[in-house]
Amino acid sequence: MPDDTRVTIPLASSTMISAPRLQINELSVGYGDLQVIEHLTLDIPTGDLTAIIGPNGCGKSTLLKAMARVLPARAGQVLLDGQPVHNMQTRDVAKLMALLPQAPVAPEGLCVRELVAQGRFPHQSFIRQWSRKDTDAVARAMAATDTECFGDRSVDALSGGQRQRVWIAMVLAQETPILLLDEPTTFLDLKVQVDLMTLLRRIAHEDGRTLVIVMHELNVAAAFADRVVMMRDGMVLAAGAVTDVFTEGNLAEVFGLSATVLSDPETGRPVCIPRLGAR
Amino acid sequence: MTGRRTAICALALAGLLLILSWHISVGAKAIPLTTVVQALLFYDDTIFDHVVIRDLRLPRALMAVAVGAGLSVAGALMQGVTHNPLADPGLLGLLAGASLAVVLGTALGIGSAAAIPPLAAFGALVSGAVVWSIAMAISGGATPMTLVLSGAAVTAFLTALTAILLLIHQTVFEALRVWLTGSLAGRPDQVGLWATGWLLAGLVTALGVARKITTLAMGEDTATGLGVDVAKLQMAVLFSVVALTASAVALAGPMGFVGLVVPHMVRLIIGYDYRLIVPWAAVVGATYMLLADIAARMLLAPIEVSTGLITALLGAPIFVWLVRTRL
Repeated sequence: MPDDTRVTIPLASSTMISAPRLQINELSVGYGDLQVIEHLTLDIPTGDLTAIIGPNGCGKSTLLKAMARVLPARAGQVLLDGQPVHNMQTRDVAKLMALLPQAPVAPEGLCVRELVAQGRFPHQSFIRQWSRKDTDAVARAMAATDTECFGDRSVDALSGGQRQRVWIAMVLAQETPILLLDEPTTFLDLKVQVDLMTLLRRIAHEDGRTLVIVMHELNVAAAFADRVVMMRDGMVLAAGAVTDVFTEGNLAEVFGLSATVLSDPETGRPVCIPRLGAR
Repeated sequence: MTGRRTAICALALAGLLLILSWHISVGAKAIPLTTVVQALLFYDDTIFDHVVIRDLRLPRALMAVAVGAGLSVAGALMQGVTHNPLADPGLLGLLAGASLAVVLGTALGIGSAAAIPPLAAFGALVSGAVVWSIAMAISGGATPMTLVLSGAAVTAFLTALTAILLLIHQTVFEALRVWLTGSLAGRPDQVGLWATGWLLAGLVTALGVARKITTLAMGEDTATGLGVDVAKLQMAVLFSVVALTASAVALAGPMGFVGLVVPHMVRLIIGYDYRLIVPWAAVVGATYMLLADIAARMLLAPIEVSTGLITALLGAPIFVWLVRTRL
């Protein structure tokens, strides 16, 4: 469907509560003997799309996992409205913050609609069984991601881009004010990346949800993010509005990349072009 | 959709009741189905067949139901949580560990009716932990392949230990010889009551965590993001698997391949939602065990074959098929 004919569908019920504040305070995370992140402090702006970028192994995925309480904090805290997430009831956190990990597994035999319905998990219990509200949330999430047309198909039968839209639908169905996504566009064609990022930016701006996305493609991050966090060696070297942070100096320092940063004449956003022959 | 589901459910329960009646009618003396139904609904202790049914055949049928349901649900949970299509209490060494513990306990004179299920549970837990640690120590970690290999090695070792114990203790050998081949013929004592308690605890836990197992099948990170306490869930599943395995072993000895075969059959029929898989595994497992026990008594009649031999005869080819198609 071409973008100009797309009908804008509300992404969430109007009762969506305003996003709580997400802060990282002196956080240290590691695996075994390896300390990946040490004393990291960062404020995530509410209602914005924040992209975390950095070279491989810089700790950006580790940071996201710690924010999502998949990894424990060795020191410091991740705060949701001042409350440390690692001490909260995990189901309560899941009502405020959704996570799309890097390699989610689609259980075989589950159709797209059933997979999206899994996003309703934190809203259900023995007492509170599946209801009209859950059906509506799933329908909204599938409409927003344009996945209704293959709702009854098996997830394995889809293309990479379609599959990623289904997973995004699942975390949308969770109806949380905060979404954390770990490299949702990696390994996809550029066109598909652009479509997904357009969708994610819409989710942030139209519903005022906070999105934190770990990204690999620098120019895609620069084109879509409101804020950029640049990491290296487990530390945040730069964080702020895209135009302030996405500079030749920072790219050289964080990635060791010698590049020219131009301004997109249409959007005014920065674009980096690696310098050939330079080291 | 719901209507169709209710219909299939009713059909399955009707099938279970029918096969249960057939199971009761089969034996040294064939009893007509009408008499079976009469004895169950309008019991009359002046009729000899009714007494046979109430005192001998019904307990055996209920034992088959319990063992089949327990092992099948245990297998379904193991397969769901470990993402391993070859997970089964037998293949991963739990049955061998539980059996050895029961034999050892009996030899030491602590094998009272109340003690047998906890002994079996302890054995299943220890052998399961050993199988898991061996598989983890192999480079590449606990894959379906390393787990099955490690399970085979541990089972062989524990079975040898059991055989040695039986050689030393002639009386224990006499008491447990048939039980050790997986049989529904023995155990007319108090063990049944205690084992039923363990079975119910395991089943209730399994039903309670069923919904979360579907979530866990999407990966631990995704499950955590959805608000599942993964560590707590794994403990609950471990408890359920051990309790179910222990009650099945306490009742009928090591009954191989049931926990492997039945969950796969169930998934073919009803898909991947564990809220449905757990109750269905119980019903289909019970039916499967009743059929296996009917075959055990009819195949070489009047000689009775151990039911565990039948489940192995049926299960081994299916195991080979699973290895070829799923690994």
